[in-house]
Amino acid sequence: MKLLFSSNSRHGIASLRNWILALVLIWMAHFFVADEIDPYFFSIIMYAGINIILAVSLNVVNGFSGQFSMGHAGFMSVGGYISAFATTQLETIYPEWFAHSFLMSLFFIFILVLAGLGAGFVGILVGLPSLRLKGDYLAIVTLGFGEIIRVFILNIDTIGGARGLPNIPALSSFGLLYSWVVITIFCIWRLVNSAQGRDFLAVREDEIAAEAMGVNTTQAKVRAFVVGAFFAGVAGALFAHYLRYLNPQTFDFNRSFEIIIMVVLGGMGSLTGSVLAAVFLTAIREALRSLQELTRIDFRMIIYSLMLILLMLTRPNGLLGTRELIDFIPNGSRKKKKSLESHP
Amino acid sequence: MTTLHNETDSLEALEVKNLTIQFGGLKAVSDLNLQVSKGMIFGLIGPNGAGKTTAFNMLTGVYRPNSGKIQAFGKNLVGCRPFQITQFGVARTFQNIRLFKNLTVLGNMMIAMDHHPEQKHFWVLPSLLRTRPMVENEIQQEKNCLELLKIFKLDTRKSEIAKNLPYGDQRRLEIARAMATGAKLLLLDEPAAGMNANETKLLMHSIRLIRDEYQMTILLIEHDMKLVMGICEKIAVLDYGVKIAEGTSSEIQNNPRVIEAYLGKVPTDE
Amino acid sequence: MMLEFIQHLVNGLSLGSIYALIALGYTMVFGVLQLINFAHGDVYMLGAYIGMYTAHFFQLGQNSSVLALIFTITVSMITCAVVGFLIEKFAYRPLRKSPRINVLITAIGVSLFLEFSGQLLFGPDPKFFPQIFKPSGDWSIGELKINPLQILVFFISIILMSVLQTIIFKTRLGRAMRAVSFNHDLASLMGIPTHRIISYTFMLGSGLAGAAGVLVGLTYPKIDPLMGTMPGLKAFVAAVLGGIGNITGAVIGAMTLGLAEEFLVGYWAPTYRDALAFGILILILLFKPTGLFGVKQTEKV
Repeated sequence: MKLLFSSNSRHGIASLRNWILALVLIWMAHFFVADEIDPYFFSIIMYAGINIILAVSLNVVNGFSGQFSMGHAGFMSVGGYISAFATTQLETIYPEWFAHSFLMSLFFIFILVLAGLGAGFVGILVGLPSLRLKGDYLAIVTLGFGEIIRVFILNIDTIGGARGLPNIPALSSFGLLYSWVVITIFCIWRLVNSAQGRDFLAVREDEIAAEAMGVNTTQAKVRAFVVGAFFAGVAGALFAHYLRYLNPQTFDFNRSFEIIIMVVLGGMGSLTGSVLAAVFLTAIREALRSLQELTRIDFRMIIYSLMLILLMLTRPNGLLGTRELIDFIPNGSRKKKKSLESHP
Repeated sequence: MTTLHNETDSLEALEVKNLTIQFGGLKAVSDLNLQVSKGMIFGLIGPNGAGKTTAFNMLTGVYRPNSGKIQAFGKNLVGCRPFQITQFGVARTFQNIRLFKNLTVLGNMMIAMDHHPEQKHFWVLPSLLRTRPMVENEIQQEKNCLELLKIFKLDTRKSEIAKNLPYGDQRRLEIARAMATGAKLLLLDEPAAGMNANETKLLMHSIRLIRDEYQMTILLIEHDMKLVMGICEKIAVLDYGVKIAEGTSSEIQNNPRVIEAYLGKVPTDE
Repeated sequence: MMLEFIQHLVNGLSLGSIYALIALGYTMVFGVLQLINFAHGDVYMLGAYIGMYTAHFFQLGQNSSVLALIFTITVSMITCAVVGFLIEKFAYRPLRKSPRINVLITAIGVSLFLEFSGQLLFGPDPKFFPQIFKPSGDWSIGELKINPLQILVFFISIILMSVLQTIIFKTRLGRAMRAVSFNHDLASLMGIPTHRIISYTFMLGSGLAGAAGVLVGLTYPKIDPLMGTMPGLKAFVAAVLGGIGNITGAVIGAMTLGLAEEFLVGYWAPTYRDALAFGILILILLFKPTGLFGVKQTEKV
């Protein structure tokens, strides 16, 4: 955080051109490389992408705004179910649409946004209690909301209830998913480095002082929840259309804990930290999956939990604290100082 | 004195009428009346526990008074939330410093200036795309912040993390931050607490300076009598939540009730 | 109609008394540390397993008696107390001066660790709790059939809770605990060894959770390593409902929640069972965050 506000470095590195370049590279990889990748490895890449979106979006709430949400899986499930319901219904009514994969991809983008908005709306509902609650209490209330969402989904028969929702069309391609990864990081990076983001930080640092400096803390908190929920909803939708099957049980509080662990490991308040942690933990998880299927013991959770305890005892700010990776590049940040004036 | 001033013709920065607040059975502040004219440096003193900070908390919307009226620049403050009151032009500092500890000095200032009434607001899209007006605005804002920091000789420390500043600098940064909100009335809660004689002197100078150069009105709570008597044009004394005296520094110094409140009753021979 | 009602009432009270035993640990720990000890529900799970292994080891399943039950409960309580002591000492004590959110994260970590190393230790599949106390058939009053185990669970809980009440309000230890929960620094200035008192608090709370584990094994004899999470969370809700930090409040809150759940399941919507507790939690925190019997605290500006 040392450089935040003091130099324009972080905006410089992240000039719009670089982001577009990233998108281009992703689509090139999509058309030329993605099909060549070993399916097992490919699935790790896909889940890592989904987890990056989840971790980065949770970081807005838990890291930058200092609220502690434990219901991120709830938002994810809302987005997942909205989108999956939409596409499965469409497929039964207009199966011929699904023949045009390009058209369908475009349409899917619209559905993803819809899923995000739906989750964002639920984010308002969940964010509202945060206006009156702090710390542990807020944490447990968000966990409670997550569970309530799950129980409600369990009881809605049109989306499969406890049986789950199968046969979701496979619409999450590598290119699409990673485009959303880039979009998510881009939006949140820019947001937390803007006036809106400063409000988040003020709320995290000291709510009373923030309010005394003119920050509408209630609005800032709800906004943080909505942003986090929106992207979690998108991640849920992408997840649904990659796995092609949804079950309420997938979105229990252990799923929320998993995302929290990513944020905590990477450093609350560090987006690049979240990205690294999401990739790392996804890899561990998939590496242990066969062992888990054999023994039905969730080894990954043993490792995760030990990591969490040791982290809090030895390095409570996570790997990167509130710093970003580019803060570690010697002088690299200074070079582009002027880029703020010469805007992209 | 009518309360129906509008902002332009009102000479009073702050008018407080019959302000009362109770905690349980205890009247922490009762029937407080204050009038602070524009451009005045007004001192609020009294023994510990007299209700001074409680009064500040009501003025800034942290507590809601049980009864009474508060008007600042002709606007009613009772029932408003703290952030609204700040936007009406009343900002404060805290007795136990409340900076955004892990942010830089400039970061602290930027947050406050984001809510300056004349600050342009940008919606999400310009923030995401970093449009030219948005970026230019940001640069201008940084310049304005640095200008304010210069008054308190903090401009050279803009990149330092607030919690690493020496104590006196933290107090000064809090004042600068309150100014950055665009407030015209500053409520300073023990601004010289923990400062040595030399620092206090500099602070007195700065307070006068911001009043003269920036047309600030200042209401301050302070225990350092040298500061209070040195710069306050008017002083009110609180004891057990009641205003027992008001006047210039010499009037206050010779007021028997004030002496009694601070030193106890002098036994008489009767 | 009436029969059904009484049946639900008995079920609710028996469930509520198990929640109450767990809730007491939550509320005591919150009282002294202002920490939601997420791992508490998992200590209750350990209690059930310890009870099971004790029963197997001494072959109490074959010769069931009240004595066997008391023995099992005692072993389980003592072991859980030790576990509670260790958790506090190694996970929470080093963080005494850390931000509360760090301690909360640690608590989540400890909870997950107990659950999933429980899977490793005890196996992931549910196990059957031996019948260490076999009542001779149901008691029937006319049409009404009542499982005496449920009544037993209720009474054992009441006894344990009265013991706790006596410890807290009639002994030096209890007075020290109340002093620590009032203010750490002041308590240590008065010569109270706060660290040790916090340890004792954890041990007491964990012991009660251990007893709850055995009692639940007795009435619902299927136990598994993840069984602690939901009752743990619900017991926390009960503690909040009664006003966190308040002993009587926790018991009343737990009974209320137990009854509410049973009646919801019996009369209205069984599938919404798990949502009820959280619904209550959200409502109570929003509208009366101090709970039914709590004291208001405000942040000093």
